Amino acid sequence: MRLLEYQAKELFKEFGIKTPRSISSKDIEKGRKDAKELGYPFVIKVQVPVGGRGKAGGIQKCNSDDEFELKYPQLLNMSIKGEKTRAILLEKMADIEKELYLSLFLNRSKRCYTIIASSEGGVEIESVRNQTIREVGLGDVDAQTAKEVAKEIGLRDSQEEQFVDMLQRLSKLTIEKEAELAEINPLAILKDGTLIALDGKVMTDDSSNFRHDELQKYQEKSELEEQAEKSGFSLVELEGNIAVIGNGAGLVMSTFDLVSDNGGKPATFLDVGGGATTETVYEALTLISKMKRVKGILVNLYGGIVKTTTVAEAFIQAYDNKLIDIPVFARLMGTESEKAKEMLKDTKTKMFDSIEDAINGVVMEANK
Amino acid sequence: MTDIYEILRGQKDADGNYQKKKVIVQGITGKYGSAHAKLMLDYGTNIVAGVTPGKGGQTFEDKVPIYESVKEAVEATGAEISIVFVPAKFFLGAAKDALESGIKLLVAIPEHVPIRDTMEVIELAKEKNAIMIGPNTPGVIIPGLIKVGIMPATPFSTGKVAVLSKSGTLLYEISNNLTSAGFGQNITIGIGGDPVNGTRMIDAFDMVKDDPELDAMVVVGEIGGDSEEILAQHIIDTGFSKPIVGYIAGRQAPKEKRMGHAGAIVMGNYGSAESKISMFAKANIPVAKRPGEVAVLLAGKMNS
Repeated sequence: MRLLEYQAKELFKEFGIKTPRSISSKDIEKGRKDAKELGYPFVIKVQVPVGGRGKAGGIQKCNSDDEFELKYPQLLNMSIKGEKTRAILLEKMADIEKELYLSLFLNRSKRCYTIIASSEGGVEIESVRNQTIREVGLGDVDAQTAKEVAKEIGLRDSQEEQFVDMLQRLSKLTIEKEAELAEINPLAILKDGTLIALDGKVMTDDSSNFRHDELQKYQEKSELEEQAEKSGFSLVELEGNIAVIGNGAGLVMSTFDLVSDNGGKPATFLDVGGGATTETVYEALTLISKMKRVKGILVNLYGGIVKTTTVAEAFIQAYDNKLIDIPVFARLMGTESEKAKEMLKDTKTKMFDSIEDAINGVVMEANK
Repeated sequence: MTDIYEILRGQKDADGNYQKKKVIVQGITGKYGSAHAKLMLDYGTNIVAGVTPGKGGQTFEDKVPIYESVKEAVEATGAEISIVFVPAKFFLGAAKDALESGIKLLVAIPEHVPIRDTMEVIELAKEKNAIMIGPNTPGVIIPGLIKVGIMPATPFSTGKVAVLSKSGTLLYEISNNLTSAGFGQNITIGIGGDPVNGTRMIDAFDMVKDDPELDAMVVVGEIGGDSEEILAQHIIDTGFSKPIVGYIAGRQAPKEKRMGHAGAIVMGNYGSAESKISMFAKANIPVAKRPGEVAVLLAGKMNS
């Protein structure tokens, strides 16, 4: 789960990591109350699950009611890199002396956690220079290691102590919440010498959700994504008009790439899982039928064990039940494909032997 | 390093045939486990025991004895290979049971195993000098000899190309194309789609690279992590000279979104397709634009 800034900061507070005073809201009525409580000036920060919002104008200073009434609705209605605003955070401005970088990060290739710290923060991790990196196994950071890191990025005395404390708390959070990434960027040193987390990013391991009921309130799923999850599918919604369905994440990604290469705009990434049955494909079509912008459906199934006729049956049922009336372009690998083609002869489903031909068909349909 | 070929096929006998190594199926009575145990038996895999706690003493398909634990199954059969089908939340326990009972090759099928559990199993496997393939893998197959996995049989044929793949269905698709083009497979290994893998790309490469019956390799990667980049650097460093062709799925995927696999996510430049493709280029590995092109590129490499 990719937590929004305000959610990450709630976890920070829970683990005793200092953050500026802030309040989150999802509508302007609540926002007005928050503004009154917080008092001007403050910053209005868009909450989106993607980086680069500062550059996109998603963080604005606010000094008065007039400014608030103008900027709050603007920010609430904006979208960044295709991501709509999920919430708004109002936050007191901090008196910053210096910005640092700190994260605990799961290094997948080394199969261990690493501390990444730098005396130069406030930019994306790739641009962070002078990185200090330490491998720390399953994420437990002892005081000695934390001290060495603090010293290496130039902190002394009280600031060193505060940093050691903060890093150890971040380590505790990482382990207890099973995070793949826990990042404080920037970690600010204020004019009065206090260390504080100005921004936060936490990604937890979705596979561990079953033992973290306490994190469920942070799930930001669309209705469709929730339904997909119930069916055991994985679904990513996008802004295009071609629904891409397949079995197996790699195959769907590959299909997705080819659709984009050929000028098509995918509306979904929908993986029905390694196997495919009449029921799963029918379920997938049910989800797609709810997306009004979709003009064509592309199905790419590699069913080594699956019979294509059982999948063809799903299309026939979907048209019979008037679930869908848009054309389906399908490439089905597996047994009985000649029979499946015969079954679909008089329907709006077109069967293709190669995925390239199916993609050409669906892109032409969608761009009509 | 533990020799995967030794575990999966051993040495040839006087007639030139490899051994039929013994395999245990953990979770053999479940819906998924039983269906695939049957398919593996059909393929000729020598399944000697199943494990389902609470069902010890029963038999599967009237021939495979079921035990309470891997420990009992290993004591009775001496098997060194186990394939696990238990639900993800029970995986840690099942894997410990296997590794502590002397299993040397653990094939971990379940998807959605928590990363911390995987990391714990990897530590134990290292300690026991064992290999884990997966989790979230289709498994491993030496065509014509042994299938320890959930892959369909039809795409694969005997031959001399090793295929390493993060994705299951792309492994089938590409192997099918290779087979049609006359490139049978020496071995195919599913790395798995999780962020942390028991057998990484680089480990799988090292396991297969010195096999005298290997002519070429195909690496099927996808966005997320940096295992393709590390493999490419390793190929440069070791000077491996046999033909290799790559494929990377997810070139057009949006950033910071998990694309089906837990591991398929781009964070900034970390895990991006561009990064992988440019490292492959440095290692002189051509990368196919679509799965169907892999066999074509390989044919080109083999003839040059």
